[in-house]
Amino acid sequence: MCLAVPGRVIAIEGEGEFRTARVDFGGVAREASLAFVQEAAINDFVLVHVGFAIARVDEEAARQTFEALRAIGELDGALEDDPDASR
Amino acid sequence: MSNGFEARAAGLACPLPIEEEAVVQMAHGGGGRKTAQLIERVFLPAFRSDALEQLGDGAVLTVGNERLAFTTDTFVVQPPFFPGGDIGSLAVHGTANDLAMCGAEPLGFSVGLVLEEGFAIADLRRIVASIAAASARVGAPVVTGDTKVVDRGKGDGIYVNTSAIGRVRAGVTVAPDRAASGDAILVSGPVGDHGIAVMAARNGIALETQLQSDSAPVQLLVRALLEAVPETKVLRDPTRGGLATALCEIAAASRVSMRIDEAAVPVRSEVRGACELLGFDPLYVACEGRFLAIVPAAAVERALAALQALPEGAGARRIGTVTDGDAGRVLLRTRIGSHRRLERLSGEQLPRIC
Amino acid sequence: MRHVDEYRDPEAIQVMLRRIASTITRPWTLMEVCGGQTHAILKFGLDELLPALIRLIHGPGCPVCVTPLEQIDRALAIATTPGVIFCSFGDMLRVPGSHSDLLVAKARGADVRIVYSPLDAVDIARRTPSQRVVFFAVGFETTAPANAMAVCAAARAGLRNFSVLVAHVLVPPAVDALLSAPGCEIQGLLAPGHVCVVTGWRDYEALAARHRLPIVVTGFEPLDLLRGVHAAVAQLERGDARVENQYERAAAADGNPAAQRVVNEVFVVCDRKWRGLGEIPASGYALAPAYTAFDAERVFGLGDLHVEEPTECRSGLVLQGRLRPTDCPHFGRRCTPDHPLGATMVSSEGACAAYFHYGRGAAAAA
Repeated sequence: MCLAVPGRVIAIEGEGEFRTARVDFGGVAREASLAFVQEAAINDFVLVHVGFAIARVDEEAARQTFEALRAIGELDGALEDDPDASR
Repeated sequence: MSNGFEARAAGLACPLPIEEEAVVQMAHGGGGRKTAQLIERVFLPAFRSDALEQLGDGAVLTVGNERLAFTTDTFVVQPPFFPGGDIGSLAVHGTANDLAMCGAEPLGFSVGLVLEEGFAIADLRRIVASIAAASARVGAPVVTGDTKVVDRGKGDGIYVNTSAIGRVRAGVTVAPDRAASGDAILVSGPVGDHGIAVMAARNGIALETQLQSDSAPVQLLVRALLEAVPETKVLRDPTRGGLATALCEIAAASRVSMRIDEAAVPVRSEVRGACELLGFDPLYVACEGRFLAIVPAAAVERALAALQALPEGAGARRIGTVTDGDAGRVLLRTRIGSHRRLERLSGEQLPRIC
Repeated sequence: MRHVDEYRDPEAIQVMLRRIASTITRPWTLMEVCGGQTHAILKFGLDELLPALIRLIHGPGCPVCVTPLEQIDRALAIATTPGVIFCSFGDMLRVPGSHSDLLVAKARGADVRIVYSPLDAVDIARRTPSQRVVFFAVGFETTAPANAMAVCAAARAGLRNFSVLVAHVLVPPAVDALLSAPGCEIQGLLAPGHVCVVTGWRDYEALAARHRLPIVVTGFEPLDLLRGVHAAVAQLERGDARVENQYERAAAADGNPAAQRVVNEVFVVCDRKWRGLGEIPASGYALAPAYTAFDAERVFGLGDLHVEEPTECRSGLVLQGRLRPTDCPHFGRRCTPDHPLGATMVSSEGACAAYFHYGRGAAAAA
């Protein structure tokens, strides 16, 4: 479980549990319910599973993931340059 | 490879749906393994001919000094009108394309229609006009035809069969068994447009997209390719079952292996998006108006130049190489550098939740 | 695609692979619970890229595979009743019941329709009041909120012709049962990221404590999986045993409260039989008393039904992670996607089908 795909909110209608969004997935759009992610705003990314958004994608968290990765990558690069470094 | 008959013969109880072999299922029309099984088990044993057993997109018959290609195709697409075309244009392009895959261009078409009682004549006119326009575009007239009507409820509005004959271009021999180690594998443009466009037009899975079906005649592209590279070995249009299934079939027919570079296979962003959403693999989504070509390695530059010179060939790319190895083995190098084997599609791809 | 492609970047993948290689010093056995994770591992060849010291076992994270035979048989009984439109997610259609499957039923004239969302089934019910519409409510906790909303929508619209056949299953009780089984070799767990998006991970904290193993909430892209594997291995090397979140961009400790609210209103926890695993207490959902009018089992009078699972298929062992698909004697021979012996080969998320499709083992040699 479970196929949930991130897409960008491009339009919003309705309120509360009837709130729905048009969500864009790389050029293909589909309607999704925002009943569970009512705070989602235009241009937010949401994870959509069987026509329902189940979470907002936390872009800050995603950014930090890649920053950490970059840091590790640079460390690896530095280690590779250093012939005395042990793995 | 063993099959379900053996399991039953051994008297074993298993949850295998036993009726599977007794009724036709949608999967039999899917273009993958089940279709192949139907051909192998039901059709080939009954119809024996060298031409048929080649299992190419069309049959090549020798008439005196000429080689004639002959092909037939039936179109049942729902809905009959979709972004980029309709069942009429699809029928003409599809059959013309099958001839092109034999290295031939059409001399004339037959059109057979099965109409459901209640089908709107206005829609019929639209489709007929579309057939006429398409046949003019490929440069061959509709020369004969037939019409039948079935009771309301017994047909999906309209079914169209088209057949065509054409002369095979002199000096050209393309066949599914001609691929050889070292040859290059090319695709004429992005894959999967048609399958996703058709699905987007279906009520069941509502998708909004600007995506059009890639249904188009490949004639001009193939002509350009064969002029530049008459030594082209294999042509195949990946319709049902998608690119991966077509590659597996050719690899099996030619008794070769193949290596495909996933990053090199062109896929439009919208097709990727729709595939991610439904859990589909773009490599298995039907195309129309696309083809793969296998040419000797020395001819790659010429081939790509010829294709890319035409607007409809702008997306042509090399995607892989034919190699030595087990017959029918198609290996995909993934974007992240690992490898996995591509198999023929089993049944149809079904949208998944997991 | 944003938030997808970055997690498939070859360089990022290499960084994580090197990280894992430099962290690991001993063999470890990990289980990824979710079928979608199994698929990603095989599709992207992660099991081949990971160091040989890591053994990956595929868990029962495929709600399609674990739906018991009885429920498939009930589905078939309902689908073949005249005047019924039977709606289902696509992947359920090929799962074999005792004698048949929904695709064959469709071939024989049953009105079986694939829907992408449960709300589509409610729509069909609204548009065809003269027919009874039944939706096959399958899934883990991820899908329960959507299915619950469909029931609410039907209730709100006063639809008398809509019902659901419930086959929901819950992950933590199944994982608990697996980890408690004697001979269990699982040392670390990759918890299903999207289930945790809905439920949070509090239930997994109890599991980590009770069984003393690291549990890492993990996403579904290759980079997510490698980060999950690395975190699990790092904990194991240190001797830690706690819940950790490596799906930070989507999962939170308490999950999605709005989703949980609607689930708790429409469903109640019940005992459930899992195909291949047997009955696990408090491991499923059933409709709450206020919503029993929408229970297809009641509407169609399909009460007690008990079906013995055939002994020949070893799906159960595969689901328990005790048998690798390629070690099953029938794999690729008597059992292939074209003629499957059990659900793990039929369902596209099943471990056996995934192995077959992505060319592992006997199939690759055939």
